Amino acid sequence: MFTAVIDLGIANLSNVVKALDGRIVTHPRELRNAGKLVLPGVGSFQAVIKRMEEFREEILRAIEQGKPFLGICLGMQLLFETSEEGEGRGLEVLKGKVVKFRGVRVPHIGWNRIHVVRSNPLLKGIEEGAFFYFVHSYYVCPEEENVVACTTEHGDGNRIVFTSMVAVENMFGVQFHPEKSSTVGLKLLENFRRLKS
Amino acid sequence: MLAKRVIAALDIKGGRVVKGIKFENIRDAGDPVELAKRYEEEGIDEVVFLDITASHERRKILFELVKKVAAEIYVPFTVGGGIREVDEMVEIIKAGADKVFVNTAAVENPHLILEASKVVGSANLVVAIDAKWNGAYWEVYTHGGKNPRGIDAVEWAVKVEKLGAGEILLTSMDTDGTQGGYDLKLTAEVVKVVNIPVIASGGAGHPVHLYEVFKVGAEAALAASIFHYGRYTVKEVKKYLKRRGVNVRL
Repeated sequence: MFTAVIDLGIANLSNVVKALDGRIVTHPRELRNAGKLVLPGVGSFQAVIKRMEEFREEILRAIEQGKPFLGICLGMQLLFETSEEGEGRGLEVLKGKVVKFRGVRVPHIGWNRIHVVRSNPLLKGIEEGAFFYFVHSYYVCPEEENVVACTTEHGDGNRIVFTSMVAVENMFGVQFHPEKSSTVGLKLLENFRRLKS
Repeated sequence: MLAKRVIAALDIKGGRVVKGIKFENIRDAGDPVELAKRYEEEGIDEVVFLDITASHERRKILFELVKKVAAEIYVPFTVGGGIREVDEMVEIIKAGADKVFVNTAAVENPHLILEASKVVGSANLVVAIDAKWNGAYWEVYTHGGKNPRGIDAVEWAVKVEKLGAGEILLTSMDTDGTQGGYDLKLTAEVVKVVNIPVIASGGAGHPVHLYEVFKVGAEAALAASIFHYGRYTVKEVKKYLKRRGVNVRL
């Protein structure tokens, strides 16, 4: 069983693939043989959603089967219902929407800390307050509080506390880029790699 | 709160690092990938590659390098030097760079910033400004610091933000290479007039210089020789900054 890194056609996925010993998947059918799924996301919601539509059914099936799933950045946002960034519906696995940062510097770009609300296997060996690398202008607002794994604070004067990680059983989403977060990011990816598929 | 960033710069020619870099335990000090890896291990927040290759094979060599770096490095990196077209920026980003920077081409055609920001996104677009005090104002220079342009760098900074630049990489030609500290006045002036992050560059010789430039509002500090010649490791610089109360990733 291999780890499928879903290629939505925009990002360079070489270091994600390397860190996870994964395989880039360009056809939805290939997901059936995958043990785990990674949905990286670079680009805008509406640009990616078209391509994701082809994968929708297979991704949902895999999640339902309990295959470990990791959504990165936009790939995390796609788990939700709608986004202020553009038309289209997400995977709708989680309730809530994606909204734009207001009253703080946009985009939120750089290294910031995660604060653990509920621990999960991907955070094993990662300290509370660890720094991860972020690049985004939108963030998720989950309706159900118990899906929130980590939060992060953005802003100097005006502060927004947003959800930087979600976790429900084997399904994970991170707003930051573990593949750009050096040792600590690699640790998280390594933890994902160790999950049983 | 976002951490202040410490960035290492590498000058690249024909796919190789040009300035002599002294590191122990590095087999090939001319290999950009080896060096970037070393910096990552030491805790660098970001790496900037300035390509100064002037041959017709430049693009090909650069793309190959970007791909190699992207596969090996787990921190964000920025690539620039001689980029003139949006197509090229897209290709560099597709090859795995996180951001691109432009300088001369943006001065000659400011509209390029607008076009580029629409295609690659402001978050991935850095405008580099080389400036030198001419007695009346900080003047913008292009072509690697060769040509004065009669443009006020502070006004230019305002303009590039409006056009869609996501960050400004501000190099003072007065302090560059001196190792006597960043140009705090210039940096402070630019920070005051823009809302996007300013990366200060030119003059770092001691950790205190980074401290000073963060104090005047730079979001990131770029350094080359202080690290290259092994005078301070990235970790030592960051430890110093942390001791002095700067929010850094350590």
